[in-house]
Parts: sequence; C-alpha cells; structure tokens
Amino acid sequence: MKRILPWLVPIAILLAWQAGSQLGFIQANVLPAPFAVADAFWRVARSGELWTNIEVSAWRALVGFAIGGGIGFVLGMANGLSSLSETLTDSTLQMVRNIPHLALIPLVILWFGIDEEAKIFLVALGVFFPIYVNTQHGVRSVDPQLIEMGRAYGMSSSTLFLRIVLPGALPSIFVGLRYGLGIMWLTLIVAETISASSGIGFMAMNAREFMMVDVVVLSILVYAALGKLADSTARLLERTCLSWNPAYVKA
Amino acid sequence: MTIDVLERVVSREPLSSVTGAYVHLNDVTKQFGDHHVLHGIDLTVEPGQFVAVVGRSGCGKSTLLRLIAGLDQPTGGRLAVDDASSGWRDSVRLMFQEPRLLPWQRVVANVAVGLTRTPDRQARHAQAAAALREVGLAGRDGAWPSVLSGGQKQRVALARALVSHPRLLLLDEPLGALDALTRIEMQDLIERVWQTKGFTAIVVTHDVSEAVMLADRILLLENGAVALDVTVDLPRPRRRGDREAAAIEGRILERLLQR
Repeated sequence: MKRILPWLVPIAILLAWQAGSQLGFIQANVLPAPFAVADAFWRVARSGELWTNIEVSAWRALVGFAIGGGIGFVLGMANGLSSLSETLTDSTLQMVRNIPHLALIPLVILWFGIDEEAKIFLVALGVFFPIYVNTQHGVRSVDPQLIEMGRAYGMSSSTLFLRIVLPGALPSIFVGLRYGLGIMWLTLIVAETISASSGIGFMAMNAREFMMVDVVVLSILVYAALGKLADSTARLLERTCLSWNPAYVKA
Repeated sequence: MTIDVLERVVSREPLSSVTGAYVHLNDVTKQFGDHHVLHGIDLTVEPGQFVAVVGRSGCGKSTLLRLIAGLDQPTGGRLAVDDASSGWRDSVRLMFQEPRLLPWQRVVANVAVGLTRTPDRQARHAQAAAALREVGLAGRDGAWPSVLSGGQKQRVALARALVSHPRLLLLDEPLGALDALTRIEMQDLIERVWQTKGFTAIVVTHDVSEAVMLADRILLLENGAVALDVTVDLPRPRRRGDREAAAIEGRILERLLQR
C-alpha cells in the first residue's frame, strides 16, 4: 500500500489530462493528450531520431561535466589544502562566480558559433562552481584531530590524503556533484534551445516550427527523465561510497 | 589460509621480545610565543616503567606528552627516546582522549592504521585482528566505528596503538570521556597489556586515583615544572580503595589543592 500511495496523484493527473483532451477541454495544439505524446515517442523512437539526439545531448553533458567538474575538483582540493593557492586564486574565482554563466551565451556564440564547443564550454563553466566550492569546503571540514592522528601514526602525505582527507571531504563533494548535475542539464537545455543543430533541445525547437506540440512535450519529458536518471545514479553512488556514514544508510 | 597467516604472525612475535624504551629529557623547555609552557624538565624514565603525569588543566602535561610523541618540537633542551636519533618514532604510539577512529574504515582497517610499515594487506589485517582479540573485541573486525559504544571505540584505539608492538605507549587522558565502570575496565585492560608486553608507558591524567591504580611513579606538574615525584610501590593487581593507595592519593591531592 505504502508503495502505491506516491503514484496515486500522478496517475490521477494523467487520467484527468487524457479525459480533458478527449472531451475537448484541452486543445490539442496547446497540450496534446498523453496518448498523443506516447504516440510521438513511438514515432521518433522508431525513426531513430530520438536516440541520436539523446546520444548527442548526453555526450555534450558528460564531456562538459567531466571538464568543468574535473577542474573544479582539482582547484577545490588545491585551495582546500594550500593557503597559498587559495589566496592566489580564490577571490578571482569568487568574482567570476557572480557572473550568471547563461549570460555569456551571446559571447559564447560569437566565440564558438553554435558548434559543440559552445555547449561544452557553457556546461563546464556551470558545473565548475558547485564542484569547486563544495570540494574546497569538504577539505576544510575534515576533522583536524584525525589528521593529527595520521601524522602521529607516521602516515606519509599521500597516505594522509587518500585515507583521511579525501574520504573526509567526500560527503561534501557529493553535494557538489548533485548540484553540478542539476546545473549540467539546465545549462544544456538552454544552450540547445537557443542555438543547436542537433540534440534534444534542437528536436524540440525543430518540432515547434512544424507545430508538432506532441514532440515538444516529449522533449521536455526526455529532459526530465535524463535529469532524474543522473540524480538517481549520483545518489546510488553516494550511498555506496558513504555506507560508513549512518546518515546515508538507507532508512 | 587466513588462519595460517594468523598463526605465523602470532608465533613469530613472542610477547617477551618487546621491551620498553628508555626516555630521557634534559632541561626541556617549550614556549608558544611569549608563553612559557614548560620550564626545564629533567626526567628519566626507565624501560618498562609506568609513569603517570598529573596536574591541573594548563600545567603543561599534555604539551610534555606531545613533545615526547614528536608531534611538537621542544624550544630548548634535549629529548631522547632510546638514544636513537632517527627511526624511533615507529616504536612510539600515542593514544588520545578521543578515539579518533576513521569513520569510513571498518574496525579492522582502523587498527591496521598502526601498521604503516607492513606492506602486505592480508598480514596487516591478520595482525589487526589479533590485536582486537587482545583488547576483548574479537569478532568485531567488520563493524563500522559508528555502531560501537564509547568504551569499545577506545578499545579499538588501544588496539591500533598496540598492534605495532610499540616500545613506548603514550596515553593522553585516554579514559577521560568514559563512564566510571567502563573506565575501571579499561584501566584493568591497560594494566594487563602493559604487564604482558613490557613496554614503557606514560599516561597523562587529571584523575589522581587512576594514576595511583596504574603507575609505578607519579609526577605532579605545576606551572610547567615537576613539583612532586612520587614512587608508588604497591603490589599488583592493586585493589581499589586500598589504604596505602588512599594515603598516596591524599598526599598528591593535598599538594594539588594547595594553591
């Protein structure tokens, strides 16, 4: 019973939506019926268009995430561990952080056109900050008593890092990871919608030109599903890596 | 296979082979900025001796222990453990007031932290499991630290300190955070392992009766200098509430409360 309860409301909404469309309360050119969307899914899935576009979008997302997240992780670690590195770079990074990265879209289009680099650059920039800030915070919040213990027990710097600093910072890094994944999809949606010749966002904009509202709605749902998939993966990873922490053990 | 390794480890290192380290401090001073914490400490601890350092908060007793542990450097004077200038730190182990276990490692891996010089993981874990048995935690190898009680965590910390067979064990108020009964159990445990292994032990405590229960010799530190050096020549195992012990305890407390 407990497992069915959360699904009751979404199912009711879907039924009402379908009924509303069939009875003519909802115009098909405003919002197509659920069955029409399912039909559109079948159509673009069969033609292969859907999979090609998902592949293109996912690739952009992951490459951008790897670049931005990687740089953010390394800088966050460096600035968490070394005060010299922090005084050198942190205030600059905080200044840049205050620029909304989506505001750079016109500039990015001027620089890169509408090619892959533009989207990857924007995703990387968006993902960078949450990972950077949370990694740095995580390193800072590692219990200094544990570090002292490691020193007293003769751990080398690399052992100290791998066995105490990194695992101690991990919960915070995961927070950054999940924030970063959210920003990754958000950035990609905006970038692909404004300027692209492939990808889910392009599929939606292209469908709009031909008034295929069902494909537009489908594209939105695909974005939602991809976002949910990324978040679930991150949470699974979190639960696996942090199984020592009572706060992350499945309730 | 695992049992095989265990047996070899246990039989290869007979308990009697571990002997205590010799500790010598000559006019050791320590200051932080303008603040003098220790003024010219002279101290010789014989191998195998159990020394307790007592004193009020801020008298410098923890600083003294940290100097001997090598976590801080003295400002002046000479400090020697075993007269060896290098490499002695491997045979010195420090136990803190808090267990300081790594929450992301299981109990056995936490104990294995004490074995930085053993490259083989299986051998490390076998020795760690043996050390856990010694402190009465057999079978808890795979537990996470978060599920242990305060006393059990401190036992794990003791196992981590003992697993490398140190020749000098330093204890910085290791029982301060435990409840009274657990404390008595831990005192007995520490006394027992000290008797079987023969290492030198220095414990910092502000509990005078604990010092009298455990130590051969009690140093009272006052304003960064040794104010009293008392030999406790009572047979072991000592009984709590023993009249002679109470007399020694009374003498030290009287001195402590003077000012």
